[in-house]
Amino acid sequence: MNKLQGFELLEPGYWQLFIEFWSFVDVNATWVLVGTVLLGISASVIGSFAFLRKRSLMGDALAHAALPGVMIAFILFQTNSPLVMFFGAIFSSFMGLFLMSWLPKNTKIKPDAAMAITLSFFFALGMMLLSYIQGLEIAGKSGLDKMLFGQAAAMLPSDLYLLSFVAVTILITVIIFFQKFRLIAFNLVYAQALGFNMVLYETILAILIVTSVVIGLQIVGVVLMAAVLLTPVAAARFWSKNLSTMLFTAGVIGGVSGLISANISYMAPAMPTGPWMVVVLSVLFILSFLFAPERGLFSNLNKQHKLRLKVREENILRTLYVLNERTLQPANQEIQLNYSFSLEDIMKSRSVGLGELQQTLKRLCVKGLIVNMPSQQIDIKLSERGMDQAIDLTIRHRLWENYLTQKVNIDAEDVHGQAEKVEHLLTEEQTQQIEQELINQSTKDPHGKLIPVSRKIKKELSHDS
Amino acid sequence: MIADIWILATASLVAISCSMVGVFLILRRMSLLGDAISHSVLLGIVLAYLITDSRSIIAMFIGATIIGLVTAWLSNSLHKLGKLQTDASIGIVFTWFFAMGVILVTLYAGKVDIDQECVLYGEIAFAPFDTIIFGGNDIGPRAFWVILGVFLLNITIFILAFNRFKLVAFNSGMAISLGVSVTFWHYLLMTMVSLTTVASFDAVGAILVVALLIIPASTAYLLAKSLKSMLIIAAIYAELSVLIGYALAVVLDSNIAASIGVVSGVLLMITVAVLQWQKKRTPVSVF
Repeated sequence: MNKLQGFELLEPGYWQLFIEFWSFVDVNATWVLVGTVLLGISASVIGSFAFLRKRSLMGDALAHAALPGVMIAFILFQTNSPLVMFFGAIFSSFMGLFLMSWLPKNTKIKPDAAMAITLSFFFALGMMLLSYIQGLEIAGKSGLDKMLFGQAAAMLPSDLYLLSFVAVTILITVIIFFQKFRLIAFNLVYAQALGFNMVLYETILAILIVTSVVIGLQIVGVVLMAAVLLTPVAAARFWSKNLSTMLFTAGVIGGVSGLISANISYMAPAMPTGPWMVVVLSVLFILSFLFAPERGLFSNLNKQHKLRLKVREENILRTLYVLNERTLQPANQEIQLNYSFSLEDIMKSRSVGLGELQQTLKRLCVKGLIVNMPSQQIDIKLSERGMDQAIDLTIRHRLWENYLTQKVNIDAEDVHGQAEKVEHLLTEEQTQQIEQELINQSTKDPHGKLIPVSRKIKKELSHDS
Repeated sequence: MIADIWILATASLVAISCSMVGVFLILRRMSLLGDAISHSVLLGIVLAYLITDSRSIIAMFIGATIIGLVTAWLSNSLHKLGKLQTDASIGIVFTWFFAMGVILVTLYAGKVDIDQECVLYGEIAFAPFDTIIFGGNDIGPRAFWVILGVFLLNITIFILAFNRFKLVAFNSGMAISLGVSVTFWHYLLMTMVSLTTVASFDAVGAILVVALLIIPASTAYLLAKSLKSMLIIAAIYAELSVLIGYALAVVLDSNIAASIGVVSGVLLMITVAVLQWQKKRTPVSVF
């Protein structure tokens, strides 16, 4: 009973806060919302370029590296004004960037270790200074530890103005240099060959990454900033391979996570914002990874399953063709494909389990590719359309065998296995291309079997004459 | 005074255990996975607290090891199934787990015996007050005995399987051709990383562990000529960082764990500087 009462008391409170938040009565909360969403968008867009440059975790090291700068700026200037903090963070973040690229170039330390060294050394330095500051008597020191996990609700309007301004600047810069950044991201060598001053654009990109990391510190915090740069683009990649669409999707994902976490931060102000934002992003990532059409895991599995079924069906059609061919007397007369065979006949010439065979036959029946024998399926016979398909498959199989022996010089004995796979994949156009390439085309495959003529062509020929 | 000795002893064991595991992380180029695991064990520790409702060391070890291995496995699967770069998949997994860990710590702050401070800093300064009573006697800090156990375990595994680790670390291709299961040794190493991180967690927190895992081992990597010497040099650097770091913390009245991390970094910089200076002094032979 007690529990229930507590629950009832709790619920409306949260609900009321929720409504309050979305009716925008609290100006500061609205600014927090704007700032967080802008941060989410700009960080995920700029993070996409880092991801494409294969430097996904650069943001992690840079965010950690910003911490000592904030602390030193605070000790030197004894103020927590946003601009001072901002430039302190930028400065030490660049030191981190420098160390991270200097170490692998000049010592045998590997890039990944250099990143981990930078990250942990700067973080330790930041934490040492933070604990040192806690012992000092300076006003305004209480906000500093919010840099670690972020606390959006505790941000002041002045922080938010700066943040929003910088975030919008980052987005505009990205739009201006979009073409150049795209070149850097995808083909650095080509870009250099074109004569662009790549050092300049790389530096601009680095500056943008550092700034977006730095403005994220108060909302997301040092520790988890990496995820806001990285996770949105990783999720967006499952939706599109086109750069503009991908950037847009990443921006939307980043923006949505900002929206939700600003809301959570308003309802539970004591909660750190960064972890919530990252959890929201992770959920969006997992959803994209599993359910995205075309590239998601389930879509891929589904495609694989369909392909497997298709291969099984086509294998049976091919077997029926071969069985028909064997019954021909004499061997070289034109094939009719109208004999019936039993399950056993099929199983003798192709290794397939009885259950799988029956299921496959059932599907072939439904598709009308074999003549329906519903009760016992002892007499299995191709239908007219089934014959067409069986012939086409055989053409592809035997043409591919010829292609491999004639053009690639593979031994006739080794080509069957490959043709067995390729026959399911060749399109009509590709088949025609192969036909044209084999100029001294024989009507037989390497094993001396006749290559049938497609019925469509046969009909056209008979119409012509 | 006795408290100082306990702190130094605990910190030394933490630093030396981490640096030795770190040597293999560096050699196998898995610094980032080590970084990731040390973050995500937090989730394992918190879940163990919440499920067993106690500070049972065993539960903590089991929880953290499971989460540590899941991190390694999940990063690898994401890399393969999602066709993401290795570091990207590592980054996604560990930030996710760590974020959940921090949220749980904040939500159940009253119930769980750890807080954000502890996650970040560790609380080695308080270690001497959290002691174990054994047979009616106070036998010393809990953190000390936990890390001692893990330290002995690590040493035993390294001595028993030294050659195997060496083979896998330097030439995994050859190891595969000899029929050695690289996967097994990989996950064994990840288990050791998880155990060492958990044992160090009380003392130095989840993030500064990374400094102790990577920095002394990297310094040793610059100097060592063999695996054995690398392990020894890494341990020496780790111990030096502890001693100087503790002194620094006393002088500045700063956090002990963070100061140790800073000193280990400074020692690395000094070593690099000396090596660069030597390189410049020795004339480069053209032929």
